[in-house]
Amino acid sequence: MAFIALCGAGLLSPALAQAPQAEQLNILVETVDSADEVSAALLPAPTPQRSDYPNIGASSRNIVWIIAQMHLFFGALVLAVPIFVLVIEIIGFKTADDRYDDMAHEFMKVSLTAYAITALFGGTLALSLFLLYPDLMAYLMRAFGSQVLVYAGLFFLESMLLYIYYYGWNALRYGNRKWVHLTLGLLLNAVGTTLLVVANSWTTFMMAPSGVDPATGAIIGNIWEVMKGPLWNPLNLHRFIANVAFGGAVVGAYAAFKFLSAKTPEEKAHYDWMGYSSNFISILAFLPLPFAGYWLTAEIYAYSQQMGILAMGGILAWLFVVQAVLICTILLAGNYYLWTGMARSEGSERYRWAIKYIATVLILGFLVWVTPHNVIYTASETIRLGGGKHPVLGPLGIMPAKNIAVFLMLICTFLSFQLYRRADKVITVSWQEWGNALLVCIYIVAIVNIFFAGIYYGYFTNTVYKVGSSVIQVMSTVVVIVSGVIIDTLMFRGAKQLQVTWGKIADRSQYALFALPITFTWLMALMGYVRSSVRTHWHVYTVMPDNSPDNFIPTMQTVGNMVTLVTFLFLAFLLFIFWIANLSGTRQLPLSAGRSSAIAEHAT
Amino acid sequence: MNVLTKTLGFSVLLILTFAGVTYVLPQMEGAAPEEIELDVSELTMASFVAMGEQLYHGKGACALCHNDLGRAPDLLSFDVTSVSLERLADPRYQGDADDAETYLRESMVRPSIFVVAGFGTKGSNDALSPMPAVDKPPAKLSELAIDSIIAYLQDKDGNPVTVSLPVEATESEDDDVAAAPAPAQSAEAVLAKYACSACHSILASVSTLGPGLKDIAKRQDADQIRNSIINPGAVVADGYFVAMPEFPNMTVGELEMIVEFLAMQTGEES
Repeated sequence: MAFIALCGAGLLSPALAQAPQAEQLNILVETVDSADEVSAALLPAPTPQRSDYPNIGASSRNIVWIIAQMHLFFGALVLAVPIFVLVIEIIGFKTADDRYDDMAHEFMKVSLTAYAITALFGGTLALSLFLLYPDLMAYLMRAFGSQVLVYAGLFFLESMLLYIYYYGWNALRYGNRKWVHLTLGLLLNAVGTTLLVVANSWTTFMMAPSGVDPATGAIIGNIWEVMKGPLWNPLNLHRFIANVAFGGAVVGAYAAFKFLSAKTPEEKAHYDWMGYSSNFISILAFLPLPFAGYWLTAEIYAYSQQMGILAMGGILAWLFVVQAVLICTILLAGNYYLWTGMARSEGSERYRWAIKYIATVLILGFLVWVTPHNVIYTASETIRLGGGKHPVLGPLGIMPAKNIAVFLMLICTFLSFQLYRRADKVITVSWQEWGNALLVCIYIVAIVNIFFAGIYYGYFTNTVYKVGSSVIQVMSTVVVIVSGVIIDTLMFRGAKQLQVTWGKIADRSQYALFALPITFTWLMALMGYVRSSVRTHWHVYTVMPDNSPDNFIPTMQTVGNMVTLVTFLFLAFLLFIFWIANLSGTRQLPLSAGRSSAIAEHAT
Repeated sequence: MNVLTKTLGFSVLLILTFAGVTYVLPQMEGAAPEEIELDVSELTMASFVAMGEQLYHGKGACALCHNDLGRAPDLLSFDVTSVSLERLADPRYQGDADDAETYLRESMVRPSIFVVAGFGTKGSNDALSPMPAVDKPPAKLSELAIDSIIAYLQDKDGNPVTVSLPVEATESEDDDVAAAPAPAQSAEAVLAKYACSACHSILASVSTLGPGLKDIAKRQDADQIRNSIINPGAVVADGYFVAMPEFPNMTVGELEMIVEFLAMQTGEES
């Protein structure tokens, strides 16, 4: 009650909504009724001892780790899919092309089944946390108070909107009714995104608590001050974008599976197009993800340099070698899919020569990215090497070299995408030579800029400037992408459209669509672990210590095993979802047809 | 092979490949600091300095930034005492310290009092230090721990240690320094006390994390064994990582007992 009163006071009085100063605390103290309420309001964060943690015979951290990760995977999927489904639906509405509408509806079918599983894992997670970490949950409940009920209310609203949106699809398909349906989609996404940012505030509070007394952890801010920690918005953006990339990749795998199982050219064409659209969404969302990640990391550094260095230069830094492997896999898979997809159009012959060069840059970038700064050598190896670092490869181990590699790989991926888009068109505008020359110039300047910023600031200045050089590289890459899209859009006006044969693509290309969600899943689990682990032995960083038996950073192998386990589990549940989604389109033939157990595919 | 088998096989293979990458990385755990009882009445200046060194590299996490990567001044690369006196003479210095010891203490608990040029928080024009106060969380070092780090920083360059040893009878200290338990009385007891068999095959235990010790005498003489225990990172057997910790609390008697014991391990049944 006292805490709610405290929140209420803070919300009603602008003066109390400011940073908690001593005199304001006195005012707060005067607003509550009794001494008991005062002490409850300023209750410090708990400091549980090891014996205070329930022991159920298995690692509590591992249990929560698995359940939380599963909830996050499915949460990401069900929040992301309606975002791009709405966009596809709008495109279908504007172009009056039913194919878009059907595809969007089919995407939602996958999301709908995942929704129930998300809720089940969410409930299990809450129960697990209350059972295994009662003190932490008591503290978080004190910090967030009735906000968790708002979250529950939003969940109800999300459920209702989701079901109406999906089941009302055909009833609200044309004319003014379509506007109603689009509005429902918009509301669904607004509520879904609100759920996301509310849940994110719990995570970021644990990493960088705000609205608390730093000395005791007592909650002294109102709910808004508790929520709007320094990492909240960076994480909101990062998760929002990552969810879209992840969701696109998952439905892409669904399309790939259907493509490979397709019996007719029509089916193949439909699922090829669906797979392409999914990959387009996924890679398009993935391209700006490093920039959002950069912002989040920069804010982590700004909040606590120690926390940032632990992640990027301490024990957890080794996991970034794995991250490099994963992101390079995503880029290679995305590019490979685009290259093989060029076979759909005869016009692609004009650009095929460029693929080998793009592939070379991607592979070189991959090799630079996975080069570690230093490796633990044996004595004989150190002597042969002439020191602790390789004289040539050593400089490739630090961030400036990796930044050059990453941004060049992003630019190359965009180039693949650009060539793919041009493959089925013959540009007819009179200024096409100037347009192409301008594009080439932008590419050259950006690449030179990326090399210059990386080499000069990275190797010839001190650390402060090294970090700053990334901004130049980010901007160079963004300029290439944005200007490329704008110039292409203008150049495609009046372009001659060449024949595109959907379904005319090698089966092996579909494995790229499987590689994407698998890699995204692994990546999400890994980087989520790194983000969470930078708290080290704190439940809530600097205010509530973690004295549980699991308050250590496990070995890389252990992390790898856990991430692998959750990825397998997710894959198993995903197969179940695909099967369920498929089952709804299956109808048994009447027994009188002479096939007592025959099941036939029925087009829906 | 049907589609499900092929796609599932591909997915499983890819997942296991990623898992495999984590297996080739160095394997280490990041332990949380432990609450231990420290009997300050038995502290000598040498052990006090050693405690400061451990805190510097351990719980204090000083070496995380104060290293040769340029994030913060590399305190191990110069004479901290003489540089501290130079900083006190700097016109930008506005603090209250009047000697190296008080300057170092002030730098740890009020880092923004004086920020070395080029090492301030970005955009602060060196008015704000990115270093957290070490007496506050997450480090939350006690006065005793701070004093021991100052003692270490003074001692490492051969300067006289001006910090006084603590005089309290017993103090609870939240740090990484293990209190010295009673010395082991036999080689087997030394093996058990320092958990050697957790990584090495020796006596009846079998472990492949570290090189086997059952025939160590065939590969190393007593001096080499002694050096490997004192400085585990100096020589690392091919195929292994430096995972073995140092044993700062191992007594000379224990060391000699275990060296003598291992020097007799030829792998032949006696």
